[in-house]
Amino acid sequence: MKAKEITSQISKSAEFLNLIKWDFGASFSNDYSVQVEKGIAKQLKASQKQVLTIRVWNKSNLVGITSTSDISESGIQKALNQASIASEFGNKNESTDFSPLAKEPIKVQEVRKRSPVGIKKLLKILREAELKLLDSHKSITSIPYNGLSESFYERIYANSDGAFRNYSKSQAALYLYARAEEKNKKPRSSGSVKLGYGVDDIDIKSCISEASTKTISHLNYSSIRTDKYLICFSPEAFLTMVNAFSSIFNARSIIDGVSLSNKDSIGQQISNEALDIYDDGLNEKNITSAPFDGEGTPTKKLCLINKGKLENFLHSESTARIFKTIPTGHAGLGSKVSVSPDWLVVKRSDQCTDLNNALNHSKYEGEYVYIEELNAIHAGVRASQGSFSLPFEGWLFNKGKKESIESATVAGDIQYLLKNIVNIEIQQEVTTSGISPHVWVNELSITGDA
Amino acid sequence: MLSSEIKYCEIEFGKCNKDLLEEVIFYGMSLGADFVEIFLENTDNSNILAEEDYITSVSPSFGKGAGIRIFKDKRDGFVSTNDLTKKGLMRAVSQAIEMLDISDKTNKEHFSGINELKDYSTSKKSWIGQIPSINEISEKLIQSTNALKKDKIIVRKGSYSRNWQEVIIASSDGTYATDIRLHQTVGLNVIATDAQYRSNGSRRFGSSGKPNEFRLWDHEKAANEVFETSMNMLYADYVEAGQMPVVLANKFGGVIFHEACGHLLETTQIERGTTPFKDKLNKKIAHESVTAIDEGISSGSFGSLSVDDEGMEPEKSILIKDGVLKKFISDRAGELRTGHKRTGSGRRQNYSFAAASRMRNTYIAKGEYSKEELINSIGDGLYCKSMGGGSVGATGQFNFAVEEGYLIKNGKLTKPVKGATLIGDAKEVMPKISMCGNDLELAPGFCGSISGSVNVTVGQPHIKVDSITVGGR
Repeated sequence: MKAKEITSQISKSAEFLNLIKWDFGASFSNDYSVQVEKGIAKQLKASQKQVLTIRVWNKSNLVGITSTSDISESGIQKALNQASIASEFGNKNESTDFSPLAKEPIKVQEVRKRSPVGIKKLLKILREAELKLLDSHKSITSIPYNGLSESFYERIYANSDGAFRNYSKSQAALYLYARAEEKNKKPRSSGSVKLGYGVDDIDIKSCISEASTKTISHLNYSSIRTDKYLICFSPEAFLTMVNAFSSIFNARSIIDGVSLSNKDSIGQQISNEALDIYDDGLNEKNITSAPFDGEGTPTKKLCLINKGKLENFLHSESTARIFKTIPTGHAGLGSKVSVSPDWLVVKRSDQCTDLNNALNHSKYEGEYVYIEELNAIHAGVRASQGSFSLPFEGWLFNKGKKESIESATVAGDIQYLLKNIVNIEIQQEVTTSGISPHVWVNELSITGDA
Repeated sequence: MLSSEIKYCEIEFGKCNKDLLEEVIFYGMSLGADFVEIFLENTDNSNILAEEDYITSVSPSFGKGAGIRIFKDKRDGFVSTNDLTKKGLMRAVSQAIEMLDISDKTNKEHFSGINELKDYSTSKKSWIGQIPSINEISEKLIQSTNALKKDKIIVRKGSYSRNWQEVIIASSDGTYATDIRLHQTVGLNVIATDAQYRSNGSRRFGSSGKPNEFRLWDHEKAANEVFETSMNMLYADYVEAGQMPVVLANKFGGVIFHEACGHLLETTQIERGTTPFKDKLNKKIAHESVTAIDEGISSGSFGSLSVDDEGMEPEKSILIKDGVLKKFISDRAGELRTGHKRTGSGRRQNYSFAAASRMRNTYIAKGEYSKEELINSIGDGLYCKSMGGGSVGATGQFNFAVEEGYLIKNGKLTKPVKGATLIGDAKEVMPKISMCGNDLELAPGFCGSISGSVNVTVGQPHIKVDSITVGGR
């Protein structure tokens, strides 16, 4: 069923059930993926999926919701019925409405949809990539985690007030995680992920090269002594940290009391003034960009931190109304509408007089810990308290030499971290979750075995 | 054997679909598959959230889907779809066959029809009508958040989740089974504050196959436990990092075994070559005080099953006996690719995942010591009363967060500490579990891995680990 047809079907069924106010979000996807093991196809996978989420408002203006994969006429009627029943238990304390921007014109993006290359080509590419990675170094013994996938999807938002939006996209992903072993040493592992609009857009060569270089660079490892260290966060690691504590910018989290910020925090200096952070879902480098959010609000670029000061919060329709502002395009459709960032862009502000420019990851020769990747975010971050204690992959650098760090954690407090940024490098790098330069922080606790 | 007249053009749950399923399987075999499996799922779920004094979210959902898996030699192709018509299932089979690029049309196994239906759902059909109504759940959740209305508590949340799942499994080895599963969980979360101090407290309870369990939940006791944790941790200092002996509490303390060892005993890890225990069958891998079990049969436990997602009844698997590795957790692909016999552990989150070898109720067996004897045996160390989540990496390194910890000084519990993370390597930690308590208890949880998120139980008695790295500040 296509976008217009499903909208018409919901409209008809809602009328039949005497439901006047409704909206829905739907997605339809076709995904294909392959995995290999030493040249042999291991699992080949295809899926066709559809998900429909319907909200209805009852006569008391309370909202009910239901999700289903059944988009037949009877499935839609059942979903509307269930949503109607659920509306009797709608939140009486906080109302929800259509986004006032759901009918605003959307900046039309160039359609970047690619055609499927098919399982056989996916398999051929992944086999070759696996072989090249295995051949890249004698210590690389296997590529235990690997996959190449392509997805084709369409998303829709529509409501009973006449709003209608849809878009379709394609996306492909390659991941290669290698395992290297040397005699009398522990196995080491690392990898790389690359995204593209289609398989032909993926930079396979650099994925192989990155996975190999990273894995090999961890072979020379040792324990680190527990102490406080100067830290250099890779662009990916810094974005992981900011995303983990994005409740700082999240109006929903503020209302729920689980954010370190409050309604009056706008304008507060929360970081070194050299830090700027934007949410820029429509950035041309963002493969997963979406032109509108779950409530149909257009996606837009939003400054979150300007020269170290909180500039804006992320909003849904209801949080925006509570804060007396407009929705920002960050809502997820749900019984309780969620709010989350799209694609963070970190950069050095033009107010950077007190940075230590000598701290550059490609030149600095003093002692520091380079954190390449943070792990186990779900277990080690206490966003509501601002604390973290996270295992990481990285190296200890000293006098130009680098040694991989075995089994260590970095611990601290996000407020301390943001205020103790000592350098933000100029050069930004594009990652799978955003754009950031390397960011240096003074004196974070590292726990190791030495 | 095969009916030439197919009675149904679409799968109907609760009815006999034998002819249609046989035709789909036969079609796959005729195209050269060695094995064809059809997994069909019908779900009816509900999530309810209470915050402070209000119900803020009621989210029902329902759906149907099919996962079709074809094996040829040791390769497999998996296709999932929401289209449960005969045409849709046939298309999925064709797609899986095409993906595998099968040119050899000879089958290694012969298909002679599926068996008579093994119906595990007979006594479970009434469950959906017995579970509490939204109204009843809402009232009790509000009671539970009201019970948390106490000084210094600024955030109070109660959440309920119900997953009802009806499955049909049919495959070319004759398997034909149907079952109904019901999982319910309820959780409480609080945030406490006082000036600059902040702490969290949380508990989650869960059951499988017990429609009345939520009614029996003692929400006041649960609220008191959560409140107590948040108060104990509110003024806690950060733990000082380093190597030290630890005592891990029972129940959810079992997450250490789940993460550090259990995952490495799944045959998917042998297939990948990511377990250090691959060649250790009948060899000592843990301290002799450790006996560990994985089973799917304990009545009402969160990881229990009448039949796994590949149609096999679960068994009780003794994984480690007195420190010696005795068995791996295996599914169909695991048996095919590693030779380890299936253990009724083929599990998946839903129809869109192929089944994989996954843990069910996994725990360390009880030993002979009291909790006090374990703590008294340590000079200085850490007592981990409540654990958060954790994970294990590709080389066996694990980590998990300590939600509620206390320092041990001279064999006695002293002040609470926060911010601790336990990190280590499975191979090195297992021989260091030197004492097991006599107070085995289980706790429900969710485990995310290759075949999605599945319900599991972790468990253990109190255990002592002689030395482990504690991350902190």
